[in-house]
Amino acid sequence: MRYYARKFGFYLVALWAAVTLNFFIPRMMPGNPVDILMAKLQQRGGTVDPSVRRSYELLLGADRSDSLVQQYVSYLGNLLHGDFGVSVSSYPAKVSDVIGQSLPWTIVLIGMATLISFVLGLVLGTVVGWKRGTWLDSIIPSTTVLAAVPYFWLALILAALLSSTLHWFPLLGGYDVSLSMGWNWPFISSAIYHGILPALTVVISSVGGWLLGMRNMMVSTAAEDYILTARAKGLRGNRIMIRYAARNAALPSVAGFATSLGFVVSGSVITEQVFSYPGIGGRLLQAVENNDYALMQGIFLVITVAVLGANLLVDLLYGLIDPRTRVSN
Amino acid sequence: MTSLIPSSSGLEDLPPGAEPGAVPAPASTRRTGWRAMLPSWTPKLAVGLGLVVAIALFGLIGPVLAGDPDTIRNISLTAPSGDHWLGTTQTGQDVLDQLTHATRGSLQIGLLVGVMATVLSAVFGVIGGYVGGIVDEAFSLFSNVMLVIPGLPLVIVISGFVPADQRGSWTIALVLAVTGWAASARVLRAQTLSVRNRDYVAAARVAGEKPWRVICVEIVPNLLPVLASQFVFAVIAAILSEAGLSFLGLGASNSSTLGTMLYFAQNGFALQREAWWWFVPPGLIIAVFGCGLALINLSLDEIINPRLRRPVRKRAARAASGSSRNSAVRSTAA
Amino acid sequence: MTPDLSPDTAPAPGTAPQAPVLTVRDLNVVYQSDPPVHAVRDISFTLHRGEILGLAGESGCGKSTLAYAINRLHEWPADVTSGSVTFHDRDGQDLDLLALGREQLRRFRWSKLSMVFQGAMNALNPVTSVRAQLEDVLTTHRPGMSKQDRRARCAEVLELVGVEPRRMNSYPHELSGGMRQRVMIAMALLLDPQVMIMDEPTTALDVLVQRGILREILRLREELGFAVIFITHDLPLLLELSDRIAVMLRGEIVECEAAETIYRQPRHPYARRLLDSFPRLTGERGAFLRDDGQAAPKTVRDTTPTGPGAADREQVRSDGGVR
Repeated sequence: MRYYARKFGFYLVALWAAVTLNFFIPRMMPGNPVDILMAKLQQRGGTVDPSVRRSYELLLGADRSDSLVQQYVSYLGNLLHGDFGVSVSSYPAKVSDVIGQSLPWTIVLIGMATLISFVLGLVLGTVVGWKRGTWLDSIIPSTTVLAAVPYFWLALILAALLSSTLHWFPLLGGYDVSLSMGWNWPFISSAIYHGILPALTVVISSVGGWLLGMRNMMVSTAAEDYILTARAKGLRGNRIMIRYAARNAALPSVAGFATSLGFVVSGSVITEQVFSYPGIGGRLLQAVENNDYALMQGIFLVITVAVLGANLLVDLLYGLIDPRTRVSN
Repeated sequence: MTSLIPSSSGLEDLPPGAEPGAVPAPASTRRTGWRAMLPSWTPKLAVGLGLVVAIALFGLIGPVLAGDPDTIRNISLTAPSGDHWLGTTQTGQDVLDQLTHATRGSLQIGLLVGVMATVLSAVFGVIGGYVGGIVDEAFSLFSNVMLVIPGLPLVIVISGFVPADQRGSWTIALVLAVTGWAASARVLRAQTLSVRNRDYVAAARVAGEKPWRVICVEIVPNLLPVLASQFVFAVIAAILSEAGLSFLGLGASNSSTLGTMLYFAQNGFALQREAWWWFVPPGLIIAVFGCGLALINLSLDEIINPRLRRPVRKRAARAASGSSRNSAVRSTAA
Repeated sequence: MTPDLSPDTAPAPGTAPQAPVLTVRDLNVVYQSDPPVHAVRDISFTLHRGEILGLAGESGCGKSTLAYAINRLHEWPADVTSGSVTFHDRDGQDLDLLALGREQLRRFRWSKLSMVFQGAMNALNPVTSVRAQLEDVLTTHRPGMSKQDRRARCAEVLELVGVEPRRMNSYPHELSGGMRQRVMIAMALLLDPQVMIMDEPTTALDVLVQRGILREILRLREELGFAVIFITHDLPLLLELSDRIAVMLRGEIVECEAAETIYRQPRHPYARRLLDSFPRLTGERGAFLRDDGQAAPKTVRDTTPTGPGAADREQVRSDGGVR
């Protein structure tokens, strides 16, 4: 129980840190984002309503009479109500609506790709580590090459090969725009078809890291006494590999998920840009290009919350697979 | 140990080490002191160093020999030829000339961020791990929070707030270092904790050495392989992140890097126009350099974790020379 | 210099001479490092049914290497270069262990010869329950067994070693060191093996727990009749426990005699030194574990119990010493 309480506590602190960071970044930076935003808003024919200005000021900071503490409290209050302000790049849509449209795309694409790459990496790492000293060792250097390839460049190469040259996959977008969005098969299959190339990019570039980590842990675990016991017990090789070695060797990979997820998310932001994918990464860049600060901040917060949530989930899972975390002392 | 039992055989002159089941380190390759900190010379390490040195020289010397990368010619997007070994860009600039300058730019920023991030991680990891108590709690909480907050989105947001004309390479380097040190700090903390509990460190502390002295003299030298590996890792990560940032058009405005080249290639529709000579070389340089560093890191890993070392499969002359060949090849492995 | 290694030395008085269960002949194990390390040299011995053979020697003398070689647990670079290990099964069949195929060897392991390892902490898989690790053996070696029967058998062996069957649901980290070692012994009993190799099974435990477990081993041996190869560097302990003792030095057995003989007149100088190197705090060695009333005579160098620990030990001795 203590384990779970500590984990929840930690993620609360992390969430608070992210929210606070979000509050201070625009206030520490040069320039006056609120004026830029208001000017943009006017260009788009928006009414410069004092309440809109006020909400931007809370988000981004301005030379106002109220103290930083007051601003901070109001900012937190707005966040609690899900009020991230109005997006100027897609005026008059609210930031929360813009995010709501693009978030599912990213969660499905990146979530699936990460899961596939994680499982694939662990399975391959298990086998490569267990059969050390065989030809499988020659796989290891290639994983380091994969880990060193920039995501977006791999995406470019894959797009050039599989889409521009071979025409196997569409080059851009998340679905066929002539189809109407909804829960119908033509649309879903089109979305899957468009998602394969970006997902492949994420899987190829991240699987090497999982593989190498798992392989190294398998090598260390193979020298443990309980593996010797299992062999002396006359268990079958596969059973020892899976139940004894891999079961233990996977723990650090699961515990290290947080570290790796950050890289995956970062990489996927750029991957989305390459494929003009309608996900949240592409939106973030549009927001940056258009100085849509409110949207930028909203997206950063949502990405952070999603990553924290995924990590919390993995930590809870870790509690299930490692009985030692359940010690109640 | 192959000599006959001396008549005075007793407990005190039994060979040290040589635990049952463990392979005794062969005397000829046993290394001590500082030599033990150096990776053993393997093909992996040789290839890694070779790649890194080659690309470093390319970035160092190349710009001197190359022409002006910004010269605009009226030969748009020509394929590689004798005049332009790697072809030209949309605006007729020579890709090879650009590549040399961009490589230099990427290496500079990678090195800069690598140093800054390693220093940050050493400060938070080593000091936290050594001092312990509330300081350690605070430091590791801080690094864990920094770890779970996704780095690149944060960097993008920060870059978005900084006007383009104020986005110099130092700003970018600082932002990348601040968002990239946390994972290393965690590794260093764990290593510090294990070194701290060794007897000679305890001895130094009991002897009244000052904490900074214990850290500098007793702990940091033992962490050198880990520090080196984390530094190499930080350089790879920095070059990749910077390339990503520049590719998105959010990089430093006063420097040209490999990511910048890819940004122009993407915006010049190199992909759609199948100008592979424009977008393949910059990525390849990053990949090859990163791969070289990763190979070096694999060799460093084998110092940190000796279990990863591959047993040398050398069918040396058999000690049991009397046994016949077929009975000798009985392996005990099952 | 060459001691009489006659493997057929009669078992200690009190136990009837038995048929051999394991014969090792001229076994050599070499670590193929550079230079090669000859860890086990020309070792020959015979283990009889129901006998406890002690294997004594300092760490690094090759006793664990020998034990692992019998069950062929070594991996590269350890290599059995010559010799033979023969297992004489209950049904009269002889098995050449070094010639067994991979699958035959797997079936042989644990069902005929089981092992108890030193690392009380690390010999059990830390992330699965005791039940899973016990049942693992049964599902592999007794595929036809029903779930209830497996449960019942696991509970039975745990009770045999004095562990409450409800501890089956525990994980290794929830058990004390002694408890873990008892679970290991229970696991070794599961398939009713004919030989059990114990590699320093009690070294990491405190004296009281150690005594309790040794008592248990002796009792189980009486009840179930398996033979034991007991490996330790603790010669006095072996003197109490074993029928015969083999003393190893640098990969060779330098002396192999009945425990009494080793105790009274050790022939090899190394055996003598090994005996002398342990402080003599307990006067009547042998009287404690093997309660047969035969008090061994003191040697010249024996000292009477002195020092702060002596009184406690005496106390333990008088009340049986179990937990």
